[in-house]
Amino acid sequence: MLFEKRESHSLEGSRKMSELNEKSKRLQLGGHSKYHERSAEQGKLFVRKRLELLLDEGSFVEDGLFANSIEEELPADGVITGVGKINGSVVCIMANDSTVKAGSWGKRTVEKIIRIQETAEKLRAPLFYLVDSAGARITDQLEMFPGRRGAGRIFYNQVKLSGVIPQICLLFGPSAAGGAYIPAFCDVVIMVDKNASMYLGSPRMAEMVIGQKVSLEQMGGARMHCSVSGCGDFLAKDEPDAIRIAQLYYSYLQKSNGMDFESSDTLDSLTSIIPKEQNVPFDMKQVIHALVDQNSCLEIKELFAPELITAFGRLEGKSIGIIANQSKIKGGVLFGDSADKAARFITLCDAYQIPLLFLVDVPGFMIGTQVERAGIIRHGAKMIAAMSEATVPKISVIVRKAYGAGLYAMAGPAFEPDCCIALPTAQIAVMGPEAAVNAVYHNQIQALEPEEREPFIQSKRMAYQEDIHIYRLASELIVDVMVEPEDLRNELAKRYDLYSEKQLDFSRRKHPIYPV
Amino acid sequence: MAKVEATIVGIVSKILVSIGEEIQNGQEVLILESMKMLIPVESTKNGKVKAIHVKESDFVNEGEVLIELEEIS
Repeated sequence: MLFEKRESHSLEGSRKMSELNEKSKRLQLGGHSKYHERSAEQGKLFVRKRLELLLDEGSFVEDGLFANSIEEELPADGVITGVGKINGSVVCIMANDSTVKAGSWGKRTVEKIIRIQETAEKLRAPLFYLVDSAGARITDQLEMFPGRRGAGRIFYNQVKLSGVIPQICLLFGPSAAGGAYIPAFCDVVIMVDKNASMYLGSPRMAEMVIGQKVSLEQMGGARMHCSVSGCGDFLAKDEPDAIRIAQLYYSYLQKSNGMDFESSDTLDSLTSIIPKEQNVPFDMKQVIHALVDQNSCLEIKELFAPELITAFGRLEGKSIGIIANQSKIKGGVLFGDSADKAARFITLCDAYQIPLLFLVDVPGFMIGTQVERAGIIRHGAKMIAAMSEATVPKISVIVRKAYGAGLYAMAGPAFEPDCCIALPTAQIAVMGPEAAVNAVYHNQIQALEPEEREPFIQSKRMAYQEDIHIYRLASELIVDVMVEPEDLRNELAKRYDLYSEKQLDFSRRKHPIYPV
Repeated sequence: MAKVEATIVGIVSKILVSIGEEIQNGQEVLILESMKMLIPVESTKNGKVKAIHVKESDFVNEGEVLIELEEIS
């Protein structure tokens, strides 16, 4: 009897399993086939294919597949959440399924996103947001919009998690209205060219509400955000490219001790790359590539404010964050956007214990009515504040000129870099010789006969040059060490290694009053 | 009509092309001086120089049209 009973239980069990498998498989297919076809026409991959490309094979466990499964048309309620691995490290995932009601958010969608945020916090694991969503389901607004565990909680959690765990956004499609704040609160936003977009009001809404007629690309396209607004960090050419960038980006945040590396083979050319004249442009990217390990440079916000370069690199296998002035573009002058770009990158590196390297060749902050009206002072203050607060190992290298507040913003000696290194081409001053002589001797120059002016100016410039000569500054202990360009890589690698156990509490206050 | 615009406010230091000259995308066409730096301005299109709207020592604002190009068929 007993045996028979067991047998019947087991038969029932297997019937249930097969029903469960069948249901699971159906749910894993996402929305109606017509939406899959439409996505494919746009060059989009199905959300589960994206996860397959992003994650280590077979590593993913999913929660909430049956969310809202009573509703036939809402598999997983339009979002996939779970935990997996990238390159052996645990990561959490939130991925919109745009084949399910255009990836819109209902009550359970929001609950699933909140739960994966809570999981990520507990696991101290990075959270990847794969965004492709039309925004809120207006029909469900009461359940998903205003309440304690409504959509607002997603953003609250993002703010709380910022700097605790990496939050990485891959934007494959739209990120509309309130949903646009998911990328905004992430550390980094990778946007797929042509398909990704971010906007508070769609072109249709803009036409209705303010009478403006524009295309989606103009309003909030990937290229615009990566080059003009600064809301995007990487412009990917297609989805596999975006996933490759996300993996590469994350690799710089992972512990990289013991990684194999090769030195660059262009280190010897550094002296010839850097011009002796202070006003002649050169390509700072060549200097970066010569300094870091071969093939280890990942530029962030490459298309935005390119007069300042922010990049991850590796020195003898270990990650560093590089902030460098690019004289090739706008003279390497600091603008509001470049200061914002630097401030954000510095806080990113400081939050995740990535040492900072400043490569200084800066004529100063931009002047003139246009930038003053745009608030260059408060933007510059952001950069200086972020750089001051950074407590990771911090090295400034004066490559060429460091004038005015540019010296301060680029981790000059007063801002407690662990050391300030000067190359022989370095020059530190309130301003360059031409501007200084004109400022100090303007009245005297005007009083001279015209033919006497040029010799007078030249002699004063010479005297000024002597006064700010880099050997004089080294003699006054303003810079800590002088090195030849060819020795710089070795010097930096040794110093970062020696400074790696640095302990510094900048402050124990609640928080500063941020310049914004 | 393609245009080359000033990338920064400053003074026209040197004009590197002349009317009728064919230029390539990425070619330096003019040097501006701003913040005591020499700042090359590159064309973002291929084309033939149709008009030069500035002369050396002129003050220009960011975004001001410096050179107009005719597209080459």
